[in-house]
Amino acid sequence: MNQPIEPAAPKRGPRLAVVVGALCFIGFVALLSYGVLQSGRGDREALPSPLIGKPAPQFSLPLLHEPGRNVSAKDLAGAPYVLNVWGSWCPECRVEHPVLTRFALSKRVRVVGYNLKDEPEDALRWLEQFGNPYMLVLADRDGRAAIDWGIYGAPETFLVDARGIVRWKHVGALDDAVIDGQLVPLLRKLEAGR
Amino acid sequence: MQALPELGQVALVLALLVALLQAALPLAGAQRGNAAWIAVARPAAYVQLLLVAGAFAVLTTAFVAQDFSVRYVAENSNSLLPLVYRYTAVWGAHEGSQLLWALILAGWTAAVARFSRSLPDEVVARVLGVMGLVSIGFLSFLIFTSNPFARLLPAVAEGRDLNPLLQDPGMIAHPPILYLGYVGFVVPFAFAVAALVDGRMDARWLRWTRPWTNIAWGFLTCGIAIGSWWAYYELGWGGWWFWDPVENASFMPWLAGAALLHSQAATEKRGSFRGWTVLLAIAAFSLSLLGTFLVRSGVLTSVHAFAADPARGLFILVFLAIVIGGSLLLYALRAPRFEPGAPFATSSRETLLLANNLLLVCACGMVLLGTLYPLLADALDLGKISVGPPYFGFLFVLLMAPLVLLLPFGPLTKWQRETASRPLAMLAPWLALALVLGAVAYFFAPQGPWKTAAGVAASAWVALGTLRFVWTRVRGSGRAFTAEMLGMVLAHAGIAVFLVGALLVEAQQSQRELAMKPGQTVELGGYAFRFEGVDEARGPNYLSDRGHVQVLRDGEPLVLLHPEKRAYASGGQVMTEAGIHAGPFADVYVALGEPLGAADDPDRAAGAWAVRVHVKPFVRWIWLGAALMALGGFVAATDRRFRRRVAERAGVAGEAA
Repeated sequence: MNQPIEPAAPKRGPRLAVVVGALCFIGFVALLSYGVLQSGRGDREALPSPLIGKPAPQFSLPLLHEPGRNVSAKDLAGAPYVLNVWGSWCPECRVEHPVLTRFALSKRVRVVGYNLKDEPEDALRWLEQFGNPYMLVLADRDGRAAIDWGIYGAPETFLVDARGIVRWKHVGALDDAVIDGQLVPLLRKLEAGR
Repeated sequence: MQALPELGQVALVLALLVALLQAALPLAGAQRGNAAWIAVARPAAYVQLLLVAGAFAVLTTAFVAQDFSVRYVAENSNSLLPLVYRYTAVWGAHEGSQLLWALILAGWTAAVARFSRSLPDEVVARVLGVMGLVSIGFLSFLIFTSNPFARLLPAVAEGRDLNPLLQDPGMIAHPPILYLGYVGFVVPFAFAVAALVDGRMDARWLRWTRPWTNIAWGFLTCGIAIGSWWAYYELGWGGWWFWDPVENASFMPWLAGAALLHSQAATEKRGSFRGWTVLLAIAAFSLSLLGTFLVRSGVLTSVHAFAADPARGLFILVFLAIVIGGSLLLYALRAPRFEPGAPFATSSRETLLLANNLLLVCACGMVLLGTLYPLLADALDLGKISVGPPYFGFLFVLLMAPLVLLLPFGPLTKWQRETASRPLAMLAPWLALALVLGAVAYFFAPQGPWKTAAGVAASAWVALGTLRFVWTRVRGSGRAFTAEMLGMVLAHAGIAVFLVGALLVEAQQSQRELAMKPGQTVELGGYAFRFEGVDEARGPNYLSDRGHVQVLRDGEPLVLLHPEKRAYASGGQVMTEAGIHAGPFADVYVALGEPLGAADDPDRAAGAWAVRVHVKPFVRWIWLGAALMALGGFVAATDRRFRRRVAERAGVAGEAA
């Protein structure tokens, strides 16, 4: 450690050194504890999405279940929707899935799936196995549209309001605390504002 | 087959119980003089190794047999994964790498048990007891927060795959070797704590621990060098050191370990710096633990920070606080009891070693501060700050310059008292020669004259000064040239080689990033690069865009390089594989960027790609230097003096460093 303890110091020296050393050590542990407490926040390192408060990017993506049909940002306008990014390759998404399903069943808001960099067969099998909570699922196989959204992994979740403005973004798996503490209050505010 | 993973878990739990025994009985036995309890230490160490190795074998079997009902296997393997990576995937993520940590710890413990016959039993009991305490911490961390054997039910049909970054020969070797170094510092640490508990430090025990420190430090050097080499060819940036928190985490124990090596020599031979040596031994291992903590807890991860499990971070933090806080407290209570060593004059080898230690420790503190500063800024709400190469690079060079300047004096200066003019007179002509060589380099350097001159002069100074020492020893008849000295000479020569690599590649490298169409040629640093297009290749579990770049020197074809971009089947993650032609004096390095133009663009149809070409003179010397340093550590450890039976109580041995 960076302890200024001098072994051969005179009599009074060590006592001061011990006090300074102890203070350094306590500060050090306090700092690391802070780091540990913060590490639970998945978005800690992520800068706030620059999209928040701005219109959602224009996109036109095929549906997972109907590859011939494309859905664009305009088609979704008119009411708020939650966009949930997932992939069958993403184990965190499996953790998130029951939470998201419960939320989707509450029918508060439309929940749109965004299937990122996935094989359609894998994605369909995944939904069959775990259930499909989504109103519809957009398929972004090569991850190109994801760049416009600033998506850098899965799971990530966006809230877009009725006018197509991005209101909120969460990086990492949703849990009940995030839904009840952040998403639902925001939705309430959106509804009140209308 | 189906029951196997649970066997692994049982083995771990049993290992934890054995570790509890190994810690409690021998420590208490040594305190009370109970020989039966003391005798538990060695067998417990062996049984623990057996159990942890069993658990490790079980996990390996699960990977090789592709048992996707084990969560850790499902997350880090895939049916397409080539066999060799199924073995190395064991340590490809958190849980398995912690298991590897525990295995290596058990291995070092058993080795200490095996090779410590010459030491008094109660000393060995204390040392093994301390190692048992560390083992308790790690095994319970594994069992309670990071169980690698947890099931994933129902089993998935297909695993997620090993992170493609880790599917690479460099990554096979990097973690085990690095951990051998990290964990190896547990031996000097355990001896230091045992000495504190006992309240006295015997030079004979210290002599016994020195080769262990050397070997651990040698492994750490190798591990860091392999990591740096891997980053160089795999990340596609052509850099070899990034001052990334993860790199810093391994560099801090390295610096503390380097200081420890030198102070142990002084303590063993002259009895000086006893307290300081103990403190450094505590520091080196504490920094190893801190490194593990920083990398594993998610406190400082920078790449893609999804929520880390705070329970893990908290656990390891409490463990860290107990180990570091406990040993420092013990130090504060007991270190004043150590008897002081022989007095020494201002002009003596002791002073030079003290300077070496202070500089290395300052550098270590500087790296620690820079690594933790972003966290501190975040805690004090000063915004998000990242501390990067400008800070580290500048301060590190500032601190290492005096070290390099003083280095050749060390071996030539006598212990205790030296006429300052004697080593100076021996070295003055060589210093002048080094400066002349630097000046010559300044005028002949094609670019970056100052850095080139500094690199040549510093390297020549260290090399010539080291040769001067060799010459003195060889000429002085009747004085043996020991393995310890040979190790020192090799390590110091390694520094000279490293300085050439690090400074000359900084000064002389050239790079260009450009769009190339097939058939196009670009010239750089005396080489011509002809881009011959990109085709598709198929690997076992990836599809790759493989470029063909013909490198020409003086119009003659030199080599055809194949930089690749690999898209792994499992996650769509894209990896860069640089095409490198390695040479003793320069590397030619080509990395493939992106295809240019949209799908309907004529550029795309023409097959144009973004291509980055580098010419990197002397970059190999960086790793060659590190290899020499590591070799020096290993060679020094073989010195016969360290193996002499302690009971013989030989007199003061030699005056070598």
